[in-house]
Amino acid sequence: MMTKDTLPAAAAALLPCWSCKGPVSARALFCSTCGAVQAPGQADHFTRLGLARGFDLAPADLDRQYFGFQRRLHPDRFATRSPKERALSQQQATALNDAYETLKDPLRRAAYLLRLAGQVVNVEQAGTVDDPALLMEAMEMREALAEADGPEAVAKLQAKAEQDVAACVKALSAAFAADDLDGAGRLTTRLKYLGKLADEAKARRMRLTRHDF
Amino acid sequence: MLLQIHEPGQTPDPHADDRGLAVGIDLGTTNSVVALAHDGETRVLRDGDGNGLIPSVVAYGEDGTVLVGREARRQLLERPDTVISSIKRLMGRGVADVKAVAGTLPFELDSAAAGGMVRLKVAGRTLTPVEISADILRAVKARAEAAQGKGVDRAVITVPAYFDDAARTATKDAARLAGLEVLRLVNEPTAAALAYGLDNGAEGLYAVYDLGGGTFDISLLHMEKGVFQVRATGGDAALGGDDFDHAVAEHFLAERAAALGHSTLTSAEAKQALATARVAKECLSVSTQGEWFIDLGDQPSRHALDRATFEALAEPFVERTIRICRGVLEDAGVTADEVKGVVLVGGSTRVPLVRRRVAELFGRPPLADINPDEVVAVGAALQAEALTVGSDTLLLDVTPLSLGLETMGGIVEKVIHRNTPIPVALAQEFTTYQDGQDAMLIHVVQGEREMVDQCRSLARFVLHGIPPMTAGAARIRVSFTVDADGLLTVSARETVTGVEQQVSVKPSYGLSEEEMAVMLRASMLHAREDMELRLLTETKVEAGRSLLAVKAALAVDKDLLSAGELAGIEAALAALEALLSGTDRAAVQAGIDALEAATKIFAERRMDRGIRQALAGVSVDRLDQTLLPDA
Repeated sequence: MMTKDTLPAAAAALLPCWSCKGPVSARALFCSTCGAVQAPGQADHFTRLGLARGFDLAPADLDRQYFGFQRRLHPDRFATRSPKERALSQQQATALNDAYETLKDPLRRAAYLLRLAGQVVNVEQAGTVDDPALLMEAMEMREALAEADGPEAVAKLQAKAEQDVAACVKALSAAFAADDLDGAGRLTTRLKYLGKLADEAKARRMRLTRHDF
Repeated sequence: MLLQIHEPGQTPDPHADDRGLAVGIDLGTTNSVVALAHDGETRVLRDGDGNGLIPSVVAYGEDGTVLVGREARRQLLERPDTVISSIKRLMGRGVADVKAVAGTLPFELDSAAAGGMVRLKVAGRTLTPVEISADILRAVKARAEAAQGKGVDRAVITVPAYFDDAARTATKDAARLAGLEVLRLVNEPTAAALAYGLDNGAEGLYAVYDLGGGTFDISLLHMEKGVFQVRATGGDAALGGDDFDHAVAEHFLAERAAALGHSTLTSAEAKQALATARVAKECLSVSTQGEWFIDLGDQPSRHALDRATFEALAEPFVERTIRICRGVLEDAGVTADEVKGVVLVGGSTRVPLVRRRVAELFGRPPLADINPDEVVAVGAALQAEALTVGSDTLLLDVTPLSLGLETMGGIVEKVIHRNTPIPVALAQEFTTYQDGQDAMLIHVVQGEREMVDQCRSLARFVLHGIPPMTAGAARIRVSFTVDADGLLTVSARETVTGVEQQVSVKPSYGLSEEEMAVMLRASMLHAREDMELRLLTETKVEAGRSLLAVKAALAVDKDLLSAGELAGIEAALAALEALLSGTDRAAVQAGIDALEAATKIFAERRMDRGIRQALAGVSVDRLDQTLLPDA
């Protein structure tokens, strides 16, 4: 019996183009017959930007892909078109921005990869941390920050925090490469806290240097 | 049949020739400028005397006449109570916002107006900043039409990057009143970068420092191969060269009061002191000292000022801009020495103190080889051409201010953070805090502070009909959408029952649709005809798309039709094409519908063929064209 599941994927993924009504792949950005822009389909952020799924991602590659797609899909390319085409291009550009913003930041990229693999790490909200070493480290850093009395001392702490962030990103890369998702999960939580500490150090340094003049 | 082949998504607007010109407009606090681009060559449109600047000053006569520009500015001193300047500072402002600064503005506010948009009393009329800005835009439009001998009906209009949602909406409304379709609102620093980058082939990280009459913006942009990506932006929508003038005017008035023994000030004195201060500021940008007179009736006063004193008066304002610059560098995570160049925009960057402080901050002399008064309009013109004719350049802009919602205790929950690339859509879930709560107030705010009362309120609306549940059980999903103009739409939805409400964020300080309708009717532009023309154009664009789509389909799948069926479709095509030369919108729409009906069976057969081919394992390359970005 032929069910939807047994249809070849390509046939199941055919949709009528909204403009010329002919068949168009659900993944296509433009109809190959009439050229009309299509709605952004379901796709993970890597697929959307034409990138291999993985933690290691060169910023230059990400930018090149993102700019390349935006050049074709940004609403500025559709300013004189019909309202429907303008709306679709806005949806496409919005989806591209979402993908770009998620993949650009190592923390969000790591959390996203874990989510794709079925693991959840909440990077937006403060969750509970069950890693006593990490908690201790964070507490010590906060104390040091509170006690640092000059811009130089704070700048030193900021530099240390930024080094820690860089080291953690490196470790994350190794964990993902080894397919060690548990390790990657722990490191992602750690990266979240280290990033917060670096931000706090930066904010404190900015406040201090602004008193200079 | 011969078929034109275009890049996907790049088919040209088939009726571009029907339209008037699309220009770029810098609607400034002090001056406005209009420019036109053709094949990448730009031209500032000037009056008969070669002036590119149109003073953003409007004089209202008792007889209903409206005068804009140089002549209006001349009357600023003679009839100060009927002449309006610097109206941009009030765009999108509410009555409460303006009270705080009322003393420093040369306007008489209509105190009767409660809440909502601020209104001005002038020459026996009550006008909103939107209407006054529309009068300026009408003059700008007229200038462009006179210079080109052709109608102008579309424009890219620039706004300060730091303009909030209310001010952006007000600008768009003003254009609508003036009979201009806004192709895009572009941030001023971004427009300047476009003009600058395209002229100089600049690549790398650039800062645009834009100090105008009433607004300050700083943007950091990454430029490469025609892509202008805004990395971070900041500013102050109420900081500019006007503040220098005010400081100098206060200095003059204090001297005058001391010399003449006065203690109270008339509005006329304040205006003349301001005008004198402006002249003094401009002089002191080239010379190091001078003497000026405030001459009212029989009471002249003399005021000497040197550059050092002027700079001491201006310093606090320049210092504020430098602090904002540092903050934006921090936001972008870069240091000043990573910035390859600093572009100066805005007349106030002619002040030597400003140039010195900017050079100190970035450790390099700033670039100002394009006239800082005109560079924004030039960029806007380039973008207008890019939007209407096509272009390889791409502007990727960001939200200047965070957008969020009020939560319990007056705390702001940010939904979209500042410096997020637009367009963007983000949603967040909230819940009820009382058992059986059946409604929720959605209060949308804009700003960086944690508490609601320190942010700008954009809109409030109530989501009704939440089914009774225990506290915390309802799931209310609030979605924020910001389009490429930077304009926000908010919708709220209870996800269990699907109760939904949507608002374009407009009410708090904006004009309601009804108010707009009244103004459009009252405007001299025959608004109804104007609106009808716009609808006709839209319908023709839609007809053009429909024609191209059917022709493209015929070129590929014509064999699916019998001769009779094909003749039917071709007749519908020809009928619609014939209608395009007319002006009957309903007929064009009927033609579109008829073509749709005539191709219904054709469409079904094409889908069937596609699926059959896919099932048979025929290569679906043709169907599966995805886009490969340029390597």
